[in-house]
Amino acid sequence: MMKIKVGQGSCGISAGAAKVYEALKTACPESLATVSVTGCIGMCFLEPIVDIYTESGLVRLVKVSESDTEDIINFIKTGDINFVSRLVIKDEDKQFLEKQTRIALRNCGNIDPESIDDYISAGGYSALQKAVSEMTPDDIIEQLKVSGLAGRGGAGFPTWFKWNAAKSETGEEKYLICNADEGDPGAFMDRAVIEGDPHNLIEGMLIGAYTIGAKEAIVYVRAEYPLAIKRLTKAIEDAKSKGIIGNNIFGTEFCCDFRIKAGAGAFVCGEETALIESLEGSRGMPRIKPPFPAASGYWKKPSNINNVETFANVPWIIENGGEKFFSLGTQNSKGTKVFALTGKIKKGGLVEVPMGKSLREVIFDIGGGMRSDKAFKGVQLGGPSGGCIPAEFIDTVIDYKELSKTGAIMGSGGMVIMDESTCMVSMARFFLDFTAKESCGKCTACRIGTKRLLEILDRICKGEGKEGDIELLSDLCERIKENALCGLGQTAPNPVLTTIKYFRNEYEAHIKNRCCPAGECIDLIHYSIDPEKCTGCSLCSKKCPVSAITGKVRESFSINRDLCIKCGRCMDACRFGAVRKGSGDCE
Amino acid sequence: MDNLNNLLLLDPVLEQYKEVPGSLITVLQKTQDIFGYLPESAIAYISEKMNVPTSKIYGVATFYTQFRFNPVGRYFIQLCQGTACHVNGSQLIEKAIKDELGISDGETSDDGLFTLKNVACLGCCSLSPVMTINGETFGSLTPSKVRGILNELKSSAESEAE
Ligand SMILES: Cc1cc2nc3c(=O)[nH]c(=O)nc-3n(C[C@H](O)[C@H](O)[C@H](O)COP(=O)(O)O)c2cc1C
Ligand code: FES
Repeated sequence: MMKIKVGQGSCGISAGAAKVYEALKTACPESLATVSVTGCIGMCFLEPIVDIYTESGLVRLVKVSESDTEDIINFIKTGDINFVSRLVIKDEDKQFLEKQTRIALRNCGNIDPESIDDYISAGGYSALQKAVSEMTPDDIIEQLKVSGLAGRGGAGFPTWFKWNAAKSETGEEKYLICNADEGDPGAFMDRAVIEGDPHNLIEGMLIGAYTIGAKEAIVYVRAEYPLAIKRLTKAIEDAKSKGIIGNNIFGTEFCCDFRIKAGAGAFVCGEETALIESLEGSRGMPRIKPPFPAASGYWKKPSNINNVETFANVPWIIENGGEKFFSLGTQNSKGTKVFALTGKIKKGGLVEVPMGKSLREVIFDIGGGMRSDKAFKGVQLGGPSGGCIPAEFIDTVIDYKELSKTGAIMGSGGMVIMDESTCMVSMARFFLDFTAKESCGKCTACRIGTKRLLEILDRICKGEGKEGDIELLSDLCERIKENALCGLGQTAPNPVLTTIKYFRNEYEAHIKNRCCPAGECIDLIHYSIDPEKCTGCSLCSKKCPVSAITGKVRESFSINRDLCIKCGRCMDACRFGAVRKGSGDCE
Repeated sequence: MDNLNNLLLLDPVLEQYKEVPGSLITVLQKTQDIFGYLPESAIAYISEKMNVPTSKIYGVATFYTQFRFNPVGRYFIQLCQGTACHVNGSQLIEKAIKDELGISDGETSDDGLFTLKNVACLGCCSLSPVMTINGETFGSLTPSKVRGILNELKSSAESEAE
């Protein structure tokens, strides 16, 4: 029988996938095909996606809407592809997946995340069974060591080392914690794993719990991910009823309980010690390290914390052996990494590639380059803690060391693409606005330092920059890096430092010429009407909320800059492309 | 709000979590689920029942952006200010909302219809810029699209009132 699967991650649902699913479910007779849900396959730019598994293989339909239901049913009934050929994925878009290597995301978009049986038939939980019945904790640590797996939460610390440290601690009570706070705004790798393959996370965590000797596993999920919480909750219940979570797992001595804690919205809670404070019901203020969580973590007990993607790799490594993982990647960085490709990119979505691929391969070969005809300007890696890599370094390979050399970091996987229309000063201001708001306030360097950085950047973006501001920024950045207590403050200056390093001319244009070369900073741009193109239709002047546009009908109109509030309605309204946005001469 | 009957709604929650160490955030989340925000009287009630000083409760509640201390309007707008949305013009969207409704981040319009809350990343970055209204997502926004959506909601509220 044919199977229809509708991709329903948060992104698919926002693009209308839930409606498509309901429509197909209602219209499709059960005798013809089953209609089920699957997670996000990562091709967000093509959502909603409907996969039809026919006898002769997979037919993938993209950008489907409810109104296509009838044609899809007709196709299923008759097998005549002409009913749906307009929806079939194009060959060039197929490459988006074909050029990837999927380990952490291996089941996402293929299995039904709400069905434990689906996961088990895809080979799920066999790694856990193997681990608890055939391997000792030391065997597992050895495999992880061989694999070279490093933490995917940002810092890239070897996973085996942390597990070994927690395992070596004596004491009955230990905790295994998953960091699903995914604080980098603009990144959604962890969300996709939990929404698309929650059992994979549970399996990885149970293997971890067995290894370190924890009897309780906790997932700290960000509050903004209701669907992830829902699917994970269901997965935990199903695993409990199958005896995979609970006592004597797979008939062994190993017992482990499992629960979810929903975060409440605080970026700093992604930092592991702040996360522990939050788990304990307090304000999420980071603790001073050492002691590290391995020695004294949740309720001062030995605890191990890993990122979602880190855990998602574990069952595969146990199943296939560490060496196979090790064989992917570069000298310093092993395995694959998932990236969330967003911004001005043509094909935005989730990309999992082996370490060692270049940024160019990810952004251009897989992502299809820029969405508009504007030139690629740079890519922000690592979110607010990371940095911006300019176009000239597009051939840098994905590797912890190589990326750090540019001043950016691998980060957790956010990759925000910027083109010529993105102002780098405004970008730095944006990140500092974020970190200043999210600073927990415990240490002065971060609390006050980020605020001062923001004020200076604000001034520059408003055209009130002063001679010496760049030096002042750089100096302040160095001091914050040196003195901040936790990773949030220590890395907050990175976006400023990298944009100064690579786009100093943009800072200078703002400061010296009161001009924004990208035409983004609203205080430095102005609207004008091109008299050549204006037909005098008067539509813009009717739309202007402050009556700043005057002129003669059928002749030409002009904008009074003193009155203009730069709302852009005239530009939206003009049908002749006569309204221009500009920032004068920046040279 | 200050009536005791309403506060009794909290009893099952408090019963469940009173003895669970570290459960204050969960209790506050459930309280907000019930009332839509954290009323002063509820905080006092939780303090008394859980034997936690109100200062500690306020300390926790004000730390996390999820918690609110005022009721929200009928339409609760969450505007994404994540990186992807920023790059794709979320400031222009915010400006359009401000122009249209006269509210900034955290404020509710005078008619009580709209509340605006900026959030960092709704996880739909590929549709950026994005906002949600009462949980429903609107993606690939432009200022004129936003004005259209808001005006439609305004007029549907007006026609209901008539
Ligand atoms: C400000 C800040 C935010 C962080 N946010 C996250 C996060 O959202 N997710 C995550 O996994 N790690 C985050 N980390 C890193 C964690 O502290 C920790 O290193 C990580 O969870 C360890 O897991 P791993 O070894 O598997 O990477 C953050 C660190 C800092 C300093
Ligand atoms: S940045 Fe707006 S949804 Fe992610």
